Amino acid sequence: MKYINEFRDKETADKLADDIRKAASGLDRQITLMEVCGTHTMAIYRYGIRSMIPKSIKLVSGPGCPVCVTPINYVDTAVEIAAQPNVAITTFGDMVRVPGSRSTLQKERSSGKEIRVVYSPLDAVALAKENPAKEVVFLGVGFETTAPLIACSILEARREGIANYSVLCAHKTMPEPMEVLTSGEIKLDGYICPAHVSAIIGADAYIPVAKKFSMPCVVTGFEPLDILKGLAMLARQAAEGRAEVENEYYRVVKPEGNKKAQQILRQVFVKSDAVWRGLGTIPDSGLAISEEFDKFDASKKFGVTLPEPKENPACICGRILKGLNDPPECRLFGSACTPDNPIGACMVSSEGTCAAAYRYGGYGE
Amino acid sequence: MSSRADLVSLGHGSGGKLTHDLISKTIVPALYGADGAPPMEDSALLTIPGAWLSFTTDSYVVSPWAFPGGNIGDLAFNGTINDLAMSGAIPVALSVGLILEEGFPLADLRTVMRSMGQAARASGVPIVCGDTKVVPHGKADGIFINTSGVGYRPDGVQIHASGARPGDVVIINGTIGDHGIAVMSEREGLRFQSPIQSDTAALHTLARALLDGGVDAHVMRDPTRGGLATTICEIAADSGVAIRLDERAIPMATAVAGACELLGLDPMVVANEGKMVVVTPEKDVEKALAIMRAHPLGKLSAVIGRVEEGRAGRVSSASVVGGERMINMPHGEILPRIC
Repeated sequence: MKYINEFRDKETADKLADDIRKAASGLDRQITLMEVCGTHTMAIYRYGIRSMIPKSIKLVSGPGCPVCVTPINYVDTAVEIAAQPNVAITTFGDMVRVPGSRSTLQKERSSGKEIRVVYSPLDAVALAKENPAKEVVFLGVGFETTAPLIACSILEARREGIANYSVLCAHKTMPEPMEVLTSGEIKLDGYICPAHVSAIIGADAYIPVAKKFSMPCVVTGFEPLDILKGLAMLARQAAEGRAEVENEYYRVVKPEGNKKAQQILRQVFVKSDAVWRGLGTIPDSGLAISEEFDKFDASKKFGVTLPEPKENPACICGRILKGLNDPPECRLFGSACTPDNPIGACMVSSEGTCAAAYRYGGYGE
Repeated sequence: MSSRADLVSLGHGSGGKLTHDLISKTIVPALYGADGAPPMEDSALLTIPGAWLSFTTDSYVVSPWAFPGGNIGDLAFNGTINDLAMSGAIPVALSVGLILEEGFPLADLRTVMRSMGQAARASGVPIVCGDTKVVPHGKADGIFINTSGVGYRPDGVQIHASGARPGDVVIINGTIGDHGIAVMSEREGLRFQSPIQSDTAALHTLARALLDGGVDAHVMRDPTRGGLATTICEIAADSGVAIRLDERAIPMATAVAGACELLGLDPMVVANEGKMVVVTPEKDVEKALAIMRAHPLGKLSAVIGRVEEGRAGRVSSASVVGGERMINMPHGEILPRIC
């Protein structure tokens, strides 16, 4: 826990909260800051950050939870593949609860389909190696934080000559949705830029957003002191009328990012348009498996393509992902839509905005 | 002598000779050791002093059945003892019902029975009756155990889940999350540098020490499945009060905190099997802490929160950095089948 407790120190937190108040005193209006990473969403709730900052700073959550922005037909496709004989679906934990249009992977598991939660895609490759008669499919979901791992798993499978491993790929990238959100209905005054995504893509990746839209951007770590410091930096930029990329998380994030990981991503994936649940199609905001690695692409291997089904019309996840509404403003929130029975994307993952608001915001009773 | 290759078979559940042999040769010697078993009757006869009979039951399906710091045997014994103890009762006797899956190694059954027997002898509470069934392969997960327990509550003891009053203080007897993380690390094959042991323990002597010491305990609860968050939410709801915790005051082993970081878990919802929450009036806090800290199971006892006026069931907490957050019961599958 050394190197963690240091970033949760109460006295330093009090000092940073003071800095935020001082910076905010220079503001002539309320400012709205958006975080676009699910881990920030959770941390802000878990540490009660909102209660520590002045009312003149409003925090909203953007489309940062990878599970939440994964389209329904992706789950339907996974369910469809799981139904085929001799298939094992492997996935990170959160995906098993995501409701598709008819079922969840959790329900499919209960009915006897082989669906395994793994901690690394390399475990899935090992499973494929041990069971050559079985098709092992990994659900590739997530941003640049997880995508390099999945790319490695594909490279590993090729190196080992494992033909029964494939990835159902729905990877998304930053910062494309940030540009889309900035040009949309919501009036934003700054971005709390993701921590670990930025470790891969680098702090410089946000320069176009900052320049094009005069948008303050601060790359911020996940610990409470990181978040408080990032907020102070954003408030100061807003008060001084600056719009720059600043890097609070410099102990991990470099301006140019992780070149090795970027190279692996380029080797295995190509940029593609992607469907974001609640936001629609965003050009060049996804990763697809490149032709060279075709035989590891589960969507081609199994040839399952399903249309995107309709969402519940009362669900306002799209507006929540854009930061236009807060979870309690949805009439499904907390009544029809709960973590036990999620209707919209934002309630699904523990990192989703609605799930976090429900869990830590006092709506649980 | 049996070897690792000896497995539970369907015949062991037939009720005939094999069943008799399983009980008399495998279960009873392991469970009772040198003490020997009580006579085998259709039911046990108990004498219970006092006016209030306390009666409870619980089933254990933990997977894997063995984990650092214990196994399903001592867990099943201690869990039921604790349910009796938390209502202020003095445990008198327990029953044990086994559901075995065909193919479960007899050596493993012996291990489980031995640790259950050791827990029984250490606690001074006997196991007085039991039952064994065998189900076909695939119909259970190795071994399931049900334990029921009876006890009596002396006159004058008033402990209820609804007993918390504004102004009361919330105390816990030690670190949270140990059991859940021990099981989780075993199940997922996670190897931590310092292995985390389950905290499974029988809490009846600690509970007794508080009551005998004259502590006016309004509520005693053991925060098992669902963790501390669930228990505190239940107490607040049942008592019609609000509770405010201070996260910085909640004891936690460094290894557990680290594992929770790694796994993305909130330690407040991770299971415990040897912890108790005591809600007591301010006037008794020092006395309660002194008694608890003098007990082997309460060395790290600490005040972790206060009962307040407010919306019934509202539980909030000061976060480690001083921010204010709400605490809810966890939803759905967090750590499946951990007790």
